[in-house]
Amino acid sequence: MLYREAGQFKTSYAADMAVFPIRQDRIAFWILLAVVFVGIPLLAHFHIWPFGSDYLLRAILIPFLILSLAAVGLNILTGYCGQLSLGSGAFMAIGAYCAYKFGTGVDILWLSIPPLPVLPSILLGGLMAALVGVLFGVPSLRIKGLYLAVATLAAQFFFDWVFARVKWFTNYTPSGSVNAPQLEFFGLFVNTPIERYLLCLIFVVVFAAIAKNLVRGNLGRQWMAIRDMDIAAELIGIRPLYAKLMAFAISSFMVGVAGALWAFVYLGSWEPLAFNIDRSFQILFMVIIGGLGSILGSFLGAAFILVLPILLDQVPHALGIPISVETVSLLVFIVTGALICYLLIVEPHGFARLWSTAKEKLRLWPYPY
Amino acid sequence: MILFGQILEVLIGGLLSGVLYSLVALGFVLIFKASGVFNFAQGAMVLLAGLALVRPLDYLVAQGVPFWVAVVLGLVFAAAVMTVTAWLIERFVLGPLVNQDGLILFMSTIGVTFILEGAAQMIFGADAYPLRLFPTDAWFLFEDQFPGGVLVNKLDVWGGMIAGVLVAGLAVFFQRTKTGRALRAVADDHSAAQSVGIPISWIWFIVWLVAGLVALVAATVWGTKLGVQFSITFLALKALPVLIIGGFTSVPGAIVGGLIIGAGEKLAEVYLGPYMGGGIEYWFGFVLALLVLMVRPQGLFGERIIERI
Repeated sequence: MLYREAGQFKTSYAADMAVFPIRQDRIAFWILLAVVFVGIPLLAHFHIWPFGSDYLLRAILIPFLILSLAAVGLNILTGYCGQLSLGSGAFMAIGAYCAYKFGTGVDILWLSIPPLPVLPSILLGGLMAALVGVLFGVPSLRIKGLYLAVATLAAQFFFDWVFARVKWFTNYTPSGSVNAPQLEFFGLFVNTPIERYLLCLIFVVVFAAIAKNLVRGNLGRQWMAIRDMDIAAELIGIRPLYAKLMAFAISSFMVGVAGALWAFVYLGSWEPLAFNIDRSFQILFMVIIGGLGSILGSFLGAAFILVLPILLDQVPHALGIPISVETVSLLVFIVTGALICYLLIVEPHGFARLWSTAKEKLRLWPYPY
Repeated sequence: MILFGQILEVLIGGLLSGVLYSLVALGFVLIFKASGVFNFAQGAMVLLAGLALVRPLDYLVAQGVPFWVAVVLGLVFAAAVMTVTAWLIERFVLGPLVNQDGLILFMSTIGVTFILEGAAQMIFGADAYPLRLFPTDAWFLFEDQFPGGVLVNKLDVWGGMIAGVLVAGLAVFFQRTKTGRALRAVADDHSAAQSVGIPISWIWFIVWLVAGLVALVAATVWGTKLGVQFSITFLALKALPVLIIGGFTSVPGAIVGGLIIGAGEKLAEVYLGPYMGGGIEYWFGFVLALLVLMVRPQGLFGERIIERI
């Protein structure tokens, strides 16, 4: 009954095209922002349930935020521009290692850059990922679909190897694992889980806003035209070179920033294994389960894929069923696979479609016709 | 002369190991040809088939059953397991997903991969099990032409022969039998095939069954080479560049692609690897495939993609 748009008249084109055209949505969005920016940190600060320990913040919310950012990035490429990519793990790795190099100082040939502060190094890491993304996006001008997916796998395997073998990227540490620099932003130190959470949140909100507005605009429409039928898009005057490579650049930039955050904020110290092919698949799952071509879907998918194994891990424990850790991990495999198949059968368009269906239903409730 | 012998040895080893990649790639091609599904679960099917073969085999041998009888019983059991798996996949995953987008079908096979990997290891055990079906020692050829001769793995030769027989058998099956023709009809056009009375669900079951049996054959060879263990599922990834080079829809392409990747990988590893820090085998196939795609987007033997608006 509360969710009605009756009486809300739109008098301008801008009002009609707003991100949240319905007032209730706007209010809900601001409440959500208030909860995540003020409510959760307060609860965590005073250790009120469910934030008794920082487990929830450290092991669930922070990875959720970072992987959502990566999923938003991949969704731009795969969901909006229709270019299937299995190389997100590689672009995360490029973001992470390049941010690390910029943070500790670059020294190649005649070029020598002193160690940069954390924020510029993270953004430069993203920029390097964007450059490499454009490079590996060039084949997309000729090939598409599954062939392109395998081409992006080339990026994944190549960079797995580069970061494991080229010692320059790891500053010649003997073990091959590297430590993130001290997180300092404009004189503020980010150490506690609450501060780390807020840092990730700011990044995610800013990039999600940018992404949402990009896909509503000129560029986003070009991407969607290319996705729906590339030849037709070309005939009506869209340049595939520009549109596709922009999609690769922007998507890889976001994925690269997510990778830098994953390394700096979540892991702290990491090795190349943190960004292997499993990571690529995990992010692709998030995008597809959440909903291709939906920014909100990226978040829903990230929540589902990340939280599901953790919950499944706890279930036998909570019910008091004595089974070995190994069996549990295999069961998690089976149940995850079965749920993915089930979701695809029930709703191939992901959680985003479920969400919009629910909203439609809510508008007519309780008198549907 | 020594150099030539060495190159020959690397080349032969590469070509033969390439044939082993083709064995995995064949399973992909079969399913893609007949249903347009890119079956990511092929690696998991190799694992399942291998485990379903090696565990009963070990059990029977421990019971005192003669080795060759045990092998036959194990193969029959594994084939039965693959049949049930094919039926389950068709009935519960692909059946309900008829007429969906290729990407959705691809994702569902990744879901199937998880289920198969979990279930196979839960039922049959999650360790590495050695399998000894083929001889694993080596021959030395051309010993009078080259000092030290040319080393060739017997197992690889077996793998090559099996792949040859398999391709010949599949070619006959596709070209000469009624079911094979029905398969090609379904691949061409689902609804047209349905309208002339070809039962699609039955055909898809057959396709998955054949892919399962190819996985079993691959499992016998790869299981002998590496032991039956979880890492065998990564073969699916190694087979992807083979597919790309050969084209997704071509059975001979899978073989030729395997040969090119196998030989290229080994030659690059031995002659380029030392200059680049080693281990370039890991990605060389993929980069080679990428270069091929730039020139021929449909692979060497794939059908030309014609698009209309």
